[in-house]
Amino acid sequence: MAKKRDYSLVGESTRRAIETGLASAEWYHTDVPRKTMKELMQRSDGPAIRDTIIWISAILGSAAGIVWFWGTWWVVPFLFVYGVLYGSSSDSRWHECGHGTAFRTRWMNDVVYHIASFMLMRNPVQWRWSHARHHTDTIIVGRDAEIAVMRPPDLIKAALAFTGILDFRYSLPTLVRQAFGTLSDDEKSYIPEMEQHKAVIAARCHMVVYAATIAVAIALRSWIPLVLIGVPRLYGTWHMVLTGLLQHIGLADNVTDHRLNTRTVYMNPISRFIYWNMNYHVEHHMFPMVPYHALPKLHELIKHDLPVANPSMWHAYREVWPVLLRQLKYEDYYLKRELPPTAKPYRGEFHDLDITAAAAE
Amino acid sequence: MAEWVEACEVDDVDEEDVIRFDHGGRTFAIYRSPDDAFFATDGYCTHEKAHLADGLVMDDIIECPKHNGRFNYKTGEAKGAPVCVNLKTYPVRVEAGKVMIDIG
Repeated sequence: MAKKRDYSLVGESTRRAIETGLASAEWYHTDVPRKTMKELMQRSDGPAIRDTIIWISAILGSAAGIVWFWGTWWVVPFLFVYGVLYGSSSDSRWHECGHGTAFRTRWMNDVVYHIASFMLMRNPVQWRWSHARHHTDTIIVGRDAEIAVMRPPDLIKAALAFTGILDFRYSLPTLVRQAFGTLSDDEKSYIPEMEQHKAVIAARCHMVVYAATIAVAIALRSWIPLVLIGVPRLYGTWHMVLTGLLQHIGLADNVTDHRLNTRTVYMNPISRFIYWNMNYHVEHHMFPMVPYHALPKLHELIKHDLPVANPSMWHAYREVWPVLLRQLKYEDYYLKRELPPTAKPYRGEFHDLDITAAAAE
Repeated sequence: MAEWVEACEVDDVDEEDVIRFDHGGRTFAIYRSPDDAFFATDGYCTHEKAHLADGLVMDDIIECPKHNGRFNYKTGEAKGAPVCVNLKTYPVRVEAGKVMIDIG
């Protein structure tokens, strides 16, 4: 019987991943001429400044609507918009600015990164390092700190994720623990020692803002401060989960080719704005230097070498649902991504071997 | 002790770009800055084993293609997480259209 997966970052799977060379491995990249890649990687402040102005304006506008219509049913659409902007679109801003690709100007990336981290209740130091690990060892069991759905899948947990309850329950106590100076063994495994004190300081800063928000709410005898700061992480997180779960769910683990463990899904323009084009996720993992606004172009350029993209979120979920059900009984089962005939095969080095010559020796 | 080796021709590197140079089992990165000066550093990022020559040169910064770690390629200074260790730099001179680096 196959062994159960151990998702801790300091356990048996970790040891095995290091021993077998899965950790920090060389990953497959589609060939793109240097000149073309240089053009795609070019940074510019323009698109992200435009999108950030729209984003902040929409956040402030919907917040004003919440305050104005508080106590009436008219507040509901404003809560809906504010929640998604606060609890979901912050994830893609956190992500792009964490990579430093959204803006050309570094401080702009840093400012948006810290604001978005706060909205998400994520320690900006810890998550910068966990995400670096996620890119080094994408869906390598025992190494990747950001595997959203582990095997066998806990479907109740996955469903509850849409409400933000579990994430809230995890994120807030984590920040409190870190604010008191304690990092877990898993966190220590990917945050370098020289950076660990910064994670504690960042957690304390977040806790000060939350404490101030609670104090203001008590002083005003009003729920509004909490509805605007902190609680949107609960009621607005559903879009982040809806889009983010599809990145890797149901696909292969322990492979060194993003075409097999990552999914690109075509999405509507509103979701793409909220998600900042992270629906082109295979492309992002293969070339994390390419800014979000250039990903559609990169997709067109390399799609001959990638599995066919899912035409919609609905299609992707319909595809993955039976896989999850099967994984409940047999956790090694996964959705095998078919590479098109125009693509290079997985582990091309083996396909390139001259077997007849080797056999003759 | 100085050990000057020929890394490439001047025209092999575009302005504001980088190329890889392998020599004696070692890997280097050769840069041409926007103001047409040449620089050289170790070829691998100090964070993880990624070729900096696949990265992006912006002004005096090289950004690693794997985790977007940034270094000043003129001084080797690491500019923040996820890179914490500075990059080793090497003296460079241009002679008769050839870029020479001192790997000694």
